[in-house]
Amino acid sequence: MKFNDITHETYTALMANKVRSGLTILGIVIGISSVIAMVSIGTGASNSISSSIESLGSNLIQISPGAEQMRGFGATSGRGNAKTLTNDDAKAIALEVPNVKAVDSQVSSRYQITAKGTNTNTSVTGVTANYPQIRNIEVAEGSFISDTQNNSALRVAVLGPTTRDDLFGENAYVIGKSIRINKLEFKVVGVTVAKGGTGFQNQDDIIYIPVRSAQQYLSGDQYLTTIAVQASTSEMMTEVQADITALLLDRHKIKDPTQADFSVLNQNDILSTASSVTSTLTYLLAAIGGISLLVGGIGIMNMMLTTVTERTREIGLRKAIGARKSDISTQFLIEAVALTLIGGVIGIALGWLISYIVNLTGLLTTSVSLSSVLLAFGVSAVTGIVFGYYPARRAASLSPIDALRYE
Amino acid sequence: MIKITDITKTYGSGDTAFQALKGVSFTIEDGEFIAIMGPSGSGKSTLMHMLGCLDTPTTGTYFLDDKDVSTLTDEELADIRRLHIGFVFQSFNLLPRTTVMRNVMLPLVYAGVAEAEREKRSKDALFSAGMTESHFSHMSNQLSGGQIQRVAIARALVNNPTLILADEPTGNLDTKTGEIVLGTFQKLNKEHGRTIILITHEHDVAEYAERIITLRDGVIVSDSKSHAQRYAKHYEI
Ligand SMILES: Nc1ncnc2c1ncn2[C@@H]1O[C@H](COP(=O)(O)OP(=O)(O)OP(=O)(O)O)[C@@H](O)[C@H]1O
Ligand SMILES: [Mg+2]
Repeated sequence: MKFNDITHETYTALMANKVRSGLTILGIVIGISSVIAMVSIGTGASNSISSSIESLGSNLIQISPGAEQMRGFGATSGRGNAKTLTNDDAKAIALEVPNVKAVDSQVSSRYQITAKGTNTNTSVTGVTANYPQIRNIEVAEGSFISDTQNNSALRVAVLGPTTRDDLFGENAYVIGKSIRINKLEFKVVGVTVAKGGTGFQNQDDIIYIPVRSAQQYLSGDQYLTTIAVQASTSEMMTEVQADITALLLDRHKIKDPTQADFSVLNQNDILSTASSVTSTLTYLLAAIGGISLLVGGIGIMNMMLTTVTERTREIGLRKAIGARKSDISTQFLIEAVALTLIGGVIGIALGWLISYIVNLTGLLTTSVSLSSVLLAFGVSAVTGIVFGYYPARRAASLSPIDALRYE
Repeated sequence: MIKITDITKTYGSGDTAFQALKGVSFTIEDGEFIAIMGPSGSGKSTLMHMLGCLDTPTTGTYFLDDKDVSTLTDEELADIRRLHIGFVFQSFNLLPRTTVMRNVMLPLVYAGVAEAEREKRSKDALFSAGMTESHFSHMSNQLSGGQIQRVAIARALVNNPTLILADEPTGNLDTKTGEIVLGTFQKLNKEHGRTIILITHEHDVAEYAERIITLRDGVIVSDSKSHAQRYAKHYEI
C-alpha cells in the first residue's frame, strides 16, 4: 500500500466516527498537555525558589540562636526566642575565623509602626553597615545605616519600599521624615531598592535600624537574633561553617556538638535541600501528567479494539480481495498513531498555553523546555504504537471468511 | 488448473458439527467456464470459498496451479487472492461510506498500482459490469441492490484475474443487465482464456457455461459437459 492510500484510509476511518475519534484525541491532549504544563510549572517553581534563596545573598552563612530544629527553611521560624548569641560572638567570628569577608549582627522583631496617623505592623531589623553587602541590598534613596550611626546607637531607619508605601503613600519622598517604632521616634535616612516579593522572606516590607539602637531601645538586652556571615568564596563555606561552629561551641563552653545552643546554616545546604524538594515536586507533577497520558493511551486502545470489532466484516473483505496481513495491521496501527499524533500536537500547544497563562499571572516564571516537548511527543508516538499494536495485530490475524461472516 | 480431491468441510464441532461438504473431487482446466448448481444449502458457497483460498477444507487436498494450497503461508494466499483471483460474493460486501470508484479500486490499491492506471482500469471494469459513469462517485450505501451487485462484479474483474469465482452474480439483476454481465464473463473466457466458475440457480444462466457441476447435500450428483439444456430438463425431474 502506498503512503497516499494509507493517509486516505486513515482519514476516512477517523472521519467515519468523528465524536469517538475526537474524544479519544481529547484523552491524549489532556495527557500530553498536563505533562508539559506540570513539568513547566515544576521547573518554574524550582527556579523561583532557588533564585529567591540566591537573592538572600552570596556565600551566606546564618547563625541563629537555639538548637537546630530543622534543616532548610527552619531559619525563618522557631528561632530567636533563645537568647544565646551576643555582640561578642559576632565580634569573635569577625576577628578569629579565617576566610570571612563580612559579619553582620542582627536583632529582628515585629513592632507597631506609626507615621503621621497611618500605622502598620512590620518587621524591624537591627543591622550593621555590612548588611547591604551580605544580603545584596541596594539603596534607592538616601543612604544605608553607617558604622558611626550604629556605634552611637542613633535613632535612624531605612525603609523597605513596601513599608514606605504603606506608611507615606506610594513613592513618597521620605528622607528626613520621622516614624515611630514602638512609640519611639526614628528618623528616615534611606529607602532600599525593591527586590520583588517572591521567596519566603519579604525583603521589601521591612525597616532597618542600627543593631545597637535595636538592642538599646527595643529589645533592651545584648542578644542577637541572627549573625550573618559572608564567606570569601563559595568553596570556603563548609570550612567557615565548621570553624564558626567550633568557635561558638568553645565560647559557649559546650563539649557535645549535639547540645549546641545555636545553629549554623549554610546557604548551599538550603539550596540543595530546596532543590531536592522541588525536583521531587517536579517528578510528582510529571507522574500525574504521565498517569493521564497512560489513561489517554488506554482510551486509544479501547477505541481501536472497538473499531476492529465493528469493522470485522470490512477487514474480512479487504483480506478477501488480497490485502496482506501487513496492510491490515499497518492501517490500524497508523490510525492509532494518527490519533496520538494529532492529540500530541494539540496537547503540546495546550500545555504551552497553560504554562504561558501561569506565566502571565505572575505567580511563577514557567518555561516549556524542548526536552519536555520532545519527551511528550515521543511518549505520545510510543503510546500510539504500543496501544495500537495489539488491536492491529488482532485485526490482521483474522481469517478472511470468519471475518466476512462476523455479525 | 484446479484439482481438488476428497474435500470435506465440517462446521462446528461435537453435537453441533455439520458436514457441509462430504468428499468432493474434480479437476478444472485453465480456460473452462463452469456453472455450479444445486439446491440451497447444498454446499455451493462453501466450496467456492475454498476454491477462492478464503477458507480451508477440513480434509482433502486442493492443488491450484500444481501448488498444494494447504502448504501456503497467509502471505502467499493473500498474494494469490490479490493477483490471480476475482471473487464475487453472494452477499456483495462493498465497503460502507466509500465511493463506487474507491471500492472497485481497492484490489489495485493493495497491488500497488499507480493512481492514473487504477482509475482507468476501474472505469473499464465498471463499464463491463454494466455500470454508468453517473454512479461512479456515489457512496456504496446509496446504490440499488442490482447496482451493488455490478460494483462487486467490477471489483472482481479489475485486477485481470486468471480465475473468476462468482457466487450468484446475476441474482439481483434484470434480464438485460444480467446479459451484459454474462456477456462480459463469456468474452473474458473466450477471448482472454480466463477460467470462470459461477454459482447459479437459473438454467438460462448455466447455459453460458460449458460444464455444469451439480451438488446436493455436500456431494456431487452430476458433472456434465453435455448440453446445458438437456441437463436442465434432467435436473427439473
Ligand atoms: N459458518 C457456518 N457454520 C455452520 N454451518 C454453516 C456455515 N456456513 C454454512 N453452513 C451450512 O453449510 C451448508 C452449506 O452452506 P452453503 O452456504 O455452502 O450453501 P449454498 O449451497 O451456498 O446455499 P445457497 O444456494 O442458499 O446459497 C448449509 O446447510 C449451512 O447451514
Ligand atoms: Mg450460497
